Amino acid sequence: MTDWLSRHVPKIVLAPTFFAVLLFVYGFIAWTAWVSLTRSKLMPRYEIDGLIQYDRLFSNPRWDTAFNNLFIFGALFIIISMVLGLMLAIFLDQKIRIEGALRTIYLYPMALSMIVTGTAWKWILNPGLGIQAMVQGWGFPNFKFDWLIDPKMALYTIVLAAIWQASGFVMALFLAGLRSVDGEIIKAAQVDGIPTWRVYTAIIIPSMAPIFLSAFIVLAHLAIKSFDLVIALTGGGPGYATDLPATYMYAMAFSRGDLGQAASSAMVMMGVVFAIVVPYLYSELRAKHD
Amino acid sequence: MKHMTAFAALSAAALTAGAAWAEPQAEVLHWWTSGGEAKAVAVLQKQFSDRGGVWTDMPVAGGGGDAAMSALRARVLSGNAPTAVQLKGPAIQEWYDEGVLADISDVADAQGWADVLPAQIAEHMKCDGHWCAAPVNVHRVNWVWANKSILEANGIEMPTTWDEFNAAADKLKAAGITPLAHGGQAWQDATIFETVVLGIGGADFYQKALVDLDPDALTSDTMKSVFDEMRTLRGYVDDNFSGRDWNLATAMVMNGEAAFQIMGDWAKGEFLAAGKEPGVDFVCAPTPGDAGFLYNVDSFAMFKVDGEDKKEGQDLLAELIVGPSFQETFNLNKGSIPVRTDVSLDKFDDCAKKSAADMKADGEAGSLLPSMAHGMALHGAQSGAILDVVTAHFNSDMSSDDAVKMLADAVANSM
Repeated sequence: MTDWLSRHVPKIVLAPTFFAVLLFVYGFIAWTAWVSLTRSKLMPRYEIDGLIQYDRLFSNPRWDTAFNNLFIFGALFIIISMVLGLMLAIFLDQKIRIEGALRTIYLYPMALSMIVTGTAWKWILNPGLGIQAMVQGWGFPNFKFDWLIDPKMALYTIVLAAIWQASGFVMALFLAGLRSVDGEIIKAAQVDGIPTWRVYTAIIIPSMAPIFLSAFIVLAHLAIKSFDLVIALTGGGPGYATDLPATYMYAMAFSRGDLGQAASSAMVMMGVVFAIVVPYLYSELRAKHD
Repeated sequence: MKHMTAFAALSAAALTAGAAWAEPQAEVLHWWTSGGEAKAVAVLQKQFSDRGGVWTDMPVAGGGGDAAMSALRARVLSGNAPTAVQLKGPAIQEWYDEGVLADISDVADAQGWADVLPAQIAEHMKCDGHWCAAPVNVHRVNWVWANKSILEANGIEMPTTWDEFNAAADKLKAAGITPLAHGGQAWQDATIFETVVLGIGGADFYQKALVDLDPDALTSDTMKSVFDEMRTLRGYVDDNFSGRDWNLATAMVMNGEAAFQIMGDWAKGEFLAAGKEPGVDFVCAPTPGDAGFLYNVDSFAMFKVDGEDKKEGQDLLAELIVGPSFQETFNLNKGSIPVRTDVSLDKFDDCAKKSAADMKADGEAGSLLPSMAHGMALHGAQSGAILDVVTAHFNSDMSSDDAVKMLADAVANSM
């Protein structure tokens, strides 16, 4: 009896969460896929009608903008956050004083909600209230910094705010990575008279490859699901210049009563996530086998 | 002893609850949660309980009603719809198509709604020929609000054509005043757009383009000149307009930072709340153009409910909403005008009186038209598609030719 129990307790304990995940994640993904093939409007309908919603989606210029924005925003956000985070981590790694305090200062933005970040940056970037007004007030009346209201530049204000929020977190990840590198190797390198920058580029950073991958995965999913930052900072505007797929989906599902269209955009978003996550999972699994 | 009292209190509560069961019940879903709006709903609530009804309030905050619609969707899907829901325009018929709206023709016929409501507006309250919703008010959308002292200081009359408006705006701009207070949100861009369509094209063109979605009208030269005018108007707005809320734009007119604002008559509520008087501190006039009245009517759609007490509650609610006394007090609080044409307007301000008179005249002349920007003319997907084009054009340097082409494509794509 106790034998049987000890063998099956893990399965019994895992079963409820297993079925919950099966239903509420995979079940609803399947349901969304179904709805995306119908002409659902206010309420879901279940008569399948082919790929009409995807046709509508890809011929909608607003979706084009949203989808392109995702790649511009994602690429800039991920690359700059990683570079900045890595630099901060390397500088903090130089055995400086008050490192603990500095670490906290850099990490703290991550504790803020994206809504707060967005609202604060909206004020900072507002030409009439923020940086532009301040510099003009200092006696430079020709100073201009109006990205927030310029449809061509507004997307980069979102990149700016997102980097401000996430790079401290990336720094913490990298710092942990730097500290986990075997000190003996570094000492050996120093004894051989190799300059510090060579130690970093040739030894430490290459050995941190898994940390890069984790940072990339975290940042990539932050970028794809970005929603609250856009809503708070620009509301998708000016016009719909800063729309992202998530805000597009929200508008279709909840403001316009166009569930079919929202479902199809959700499916495309999921496709993007899969394109990133599947190679990651594949490499993880292969690493286990080797 | 303590337990005894508690027990007595409990059973008393149970008794009253039991007694209330037989009374008319109504659960009302709405998103009127801000100051004046909440006060307006409280009026209805009081009248309802005075007639012996039990009111269950279901306010869902969020001005646009998106959150309320999500709540409604969940309730309907679980087969437990509220008694009455704040819905408007074609959304009523969309919900009817889902098969969840009730028939309140008994009340409507008994109260003679057909005789007191303007025919165009009554049409919105009907589903397949029978009554399924009760209207509470009429907001006029095509208003220009102006700061009176700025106009006087610059010798400007209220413009009656868009050319006059442009001339006045150029003059103001030269004098260093922002001519047009505007908030760069898609619905505000669309509010200006539809008044320009009405002003330049006239009522028939408006009907063809924004209600019937006639492709010829959408790509016509008239529509191109509408977009030209939108581009001109863009030049009269200050640089910092992106994402500004409408009431902040109203405040700019109030404080003398800007001369005009094009906005529905809810803007009047802001002026009045700040202690300004119509005709003295600010001026109201219909947007430039010959005639036409763009309406935005709030209403409550009645959902199918089970149980005699709930049906009774629904009927009572419908009767009260369209009743003259509620129409008067509610609209005084909300800043709109009564939807009934037989309510005395003595207590209303001059702008409201003008609005009511125009509604009557335009109703007879056939130029009483549903507002596209405020969801009275089209289904959500279609008006959304138009909003996308209008706001994309307004916030970029797109040419009018490209804009009309994009408009026609977007409308076709939204069907």
